Amino acid sequence: MKSVTNVELLAIACLGLAIRSIISLHSYSGFGVAPMFGDYEAQRHWQEVTVNLKASEWYKNGTNNDLLYWGLDYPPLTAYHSYIMGQVARKVNESFVELGTSKGIESGDHKSFMRLTVLAADILVYIPAVLSMCICLDRTFQTNIKLELFIIFMLCPAQLLIDNGHFQYNNISLGLCIMAIAAILRDRHYLAAFAFTLALNYKQMELYHALPFFAYLLGQCLSQKSVSALASKFIAIATTVVATFILLWYPWLHSLGSTSQVLNRLFPVSRGVFEDKVANFWCSLNVVFKLKNKLLNHQMALICMGATLFFALPTNVVLLKCRNKMSFLWALLNTAAAFYLFSFQVHEKTILLVVLPACLLFNWWPREMMWFLETAVFSMVPLFKKDNLLLPSITLAIIFYIVYNIFWNEKDEDRNIVQTHSIKNISNFLMATVVMASVVLAAPSKFPDFWSLLIAVISCAHFMAALLFGNIQQIIGAFN
Amino acid sequence: MRDKGEPVNKNNRVIEKLSSIFGKPVVKRTSIPDCFWALFALSTCLKVLLIPAYYSTDFEVHRNWLAITHSLPLNRWYVDATSEWTLDYPPFFAYFEWLLSQLAQYVDPHMLDVHNLNYASERTVYFQRISVIVVDLVYALGVYSCLRALGIAKKTQQHLAGCLLLLFNVGLIFVDHIHFQYNGLLFGILLLSISALLNDRYLLSAFSFAILLNFKHIFLYMAPAFGVYLLRFYCLNKGRSILNTVNAMMKLLAVGLTPFVLSFGPFWHQIPQVLSRLFPFKRGLTHAYWAPNLWALYNTADKVAAVALRREKSKDGDPTTTSGLVQETRHLVLPNISPAVTFALTLAFMMPILLKLLLTSSTKRAKLIFLRAVVLCACSSFVFGWHVHEKAILMCLIPICLLALLDRTDAKYAYLLSVVGYFSLFPLLFEVDLILQRRIQRRLL
Repeated sequence: MKSVTNVELLAIACLGLAIRSIISLHSYSGFGVAPMFGDYEAQRHWQEVTVNLKASEWYKNGTNNDLLYWGLDYPPLTAYHSYIMGQVARKVNESFVELGTSKGIESGDHKSFMRLTVLAADILVYIPAVLSMCICLDRTFQTNIKLELFIIFMLCPAQLLIDNGHFQYNNISLGLCIMAIAAILRDRHYLAAFAFTLALNYKQMELYHALPFFAYLLGQCLSQKSVSALASKFIAIATTVVATFILLWYPWLHSLGSTSQVLNRLFPVSRGVFEDKVANFWCSLNVVFKLKNKLLNHQMALICMGATLFFALPTNVVLLKCRNKMSFLWALLNTAAAFYLFSFQVHEKTILLVVLPACLLFNWWPREMMWFLETAVFSMVPLFKKDNLLLPSITLAIIFYIVYNIFWNEKDEDRNIVQTHSIKNISNFLMATVVMASVVLAAPSKFPDFWSLLIAVISCAHFMAALLFGNIQQIIGAFN
Repeated sequence: MRDKGEPVNKNNRVIEKLSSIFGKPVVKRTSIPDCFWALFALSTCLKVLLIPAYYSTDFEVHRNWLAITHSLPLNRWYVDATSEWTLDYPPFFAYFEWLLSQLAQYVDPHMLDVHNLNYASERTVYFQRISVIVVDLVYALGVYSCLRALGIAKKTQQHLAGCLLLLFNVGLIFVDHIHFQYNGLLFGILLLSISALLNDRYLLSAFSFAILLNFKHIFLYMAPAFGVYLLRFYCLNKGRSILNTVNAMMKLLAVGLTPFVLSFGPFWHQIPQVLSRLFPFKRGLTHAYWAPNLWALYNTADKVAAVALRREKSKDGDPTTTSGLVQETRHLVLPNISPAVTFALTLAFMMPILLKLLLTSSTKRAKLIFLRAVVLCACSSFVFGWHVHEKAILMCLIPICLLALLDRTDAKYAYLLSVVGYFSLFPLLFEVDLILQRRIQRRLL
């Protein structure tokens, strides 16, 4: 078996960067859509706010900080990141972050600057994290797949399109989470706890991954031989987490009011169970049963929490009982999928959190995970259409598909009774047809959201199947 | 880690049943697949992604040619000067533009108006970009047949490297899909011609090379290599009688001249006008942006000398070499260079390899030397030629990829030249796309 050289890994990293910079040429969310614009403007606005205001005012409504206009609603680490970028922006061109007057700036220069900040995050956080992850995975499972896995991560269309196309910095939170997973794979539990806390403090959405981390680390504590070893390990991990939190939340800890102010921003119950059409259970259910008319937001939030826990707990209980690393990867997938499908205030972009573990499992389940990744892109098609990113998203999906076929094309002996191969083909055909139809045909005037709803429902069905599949596979792996 | 005991046996059966339904994890494989067309599809996708990239004035040049060929009668094509970007490629390329314009009229008829200067609607951009992407199919065919003609077996590292180097050629992607030109088509024909020659199908090779010359006459610089090889191994082959030799020469001439007749035939009454457009010696020794060749050094030396000797410009308003305009220039200190000097130098530096090619007797070895001759001819014309564009370095960089596959020593030089060559193309571009180039060069190692 030929070994993978560093040059090859570097080449793949460069390929990933090249693709990312090419995607950067395309449009971004909210381009030319005054007065609210989109995520791009949100990120810029945060730079403006953090650079010009004191930390205590970042999350507070004020004359200079209208929270209704893209108020900061991510945890402190995002705010610090915005602050650093804002400082750089000031050096580059002061008008980028001038308080008030810089609203909705849309120049070519500014686009290059913002795109480069994402690329910088890719270079500094995401790519090193992914690379170390690939190497750790190989060592832990005695495989030799780091090159292929690295390619999968570098070309994964969903993450690429959201970060470098639509415009967000998921690469940072995902990168930190990947580091935490890599640390778990190499049994560095404190490092894992630290890295995951950072991820959680970059985007609260990382909560989707929190339960497996908790279950796995708790399991590791429980498998200590003596009670004192258990207690000391548990306390050490807990201290790591709490200390990191305190450090990051320091500016807002001096009073209960300001802490809850931030928390309110992070978990906005008032924003409703979902905003746009998203491929989760509630949005699909909403087609036949109008949830928003019948239930109050707070009731809905409770129902969501119950349902999420109901679907997320079994996999974590299995993980707690069977503490192997494969089970951990499955638990990440299952928990994130359960959160995506059943929790409150889900965005279509959060599917990225499920995509991450899916990429990790690619080696063992290429066909199924490929199918899942395709569906993930498919579920975001309405978003890409809105952002004028349909052409790059379709092209990237094709690129990914071809690369997949180059690397994983051989074995087609039937591995199972359920003919995933033919079902996958049918589903691919269906998805391609729907995408094409949604481009060519206008939605009926009575249902302007017809296509996005159809896409949401189809994707939702796929994701439910994925959740079921993941749970079953985890149980098979755990007890076989 | 898992508990062992009674229930496991019962569980096992359930688990086995489940696993037979839902599948088992797969084991990885490691052989190199045959992926020529997959890689071509990948490169096409990459080109599609580059559609919104910046394009140069060449975009307007080609749009103007579409307009000229579509809306003017044939006898005006090489006369019209509405736009400063007059038609200066040979007639086959003009016919090609005419063909494209037949499609373009359904996409956006406004782009076909000669007076609609600098017109670049979204549809025009997409049409022109996609036309480049589509005609790259010729390039893919060229690459495919060349790799086959070189006898490189599929599913080997060498074949994969060849596909990557040629299909994802950074220089071509820079110049065609960002800067905007149709080099993919031209190099496709060149590679087809080379592959025909490698397969000993001499007449086909000569014919396709003649066609290429009628698409873009700059390939004349490579003609000596083709000419010498065909003369040596087709006309003067061992054991041929004089009659046979004459016969072969006549055939070669007939085949080689047919494309010229077809191409220039319709313009026979205005040949001088066409030629004056094709060979604009008035444009000066160096291009507005100096190509990195000998004359760039010469110009620099001249400037340095002028400053050192405090020699002022002889007359006010006399054009200098860095004025950025396409025109004739004068040197201040060093002697002016005439086109004849550049030609003499170019030919002189082509001579050694051509002689070597002429004196080689083994056909197998001659093919390697032929490829070297192609590269060296292109190189010497790039270094010493009159009014060379920086893009012309592609004429070395594409054939040298073939050479890199054949010979290890050549691969080293190829690597060095490619790094410098692709680097020299950078001024054509803006920053974000540069990262692409490192990848392929690293592959080469």
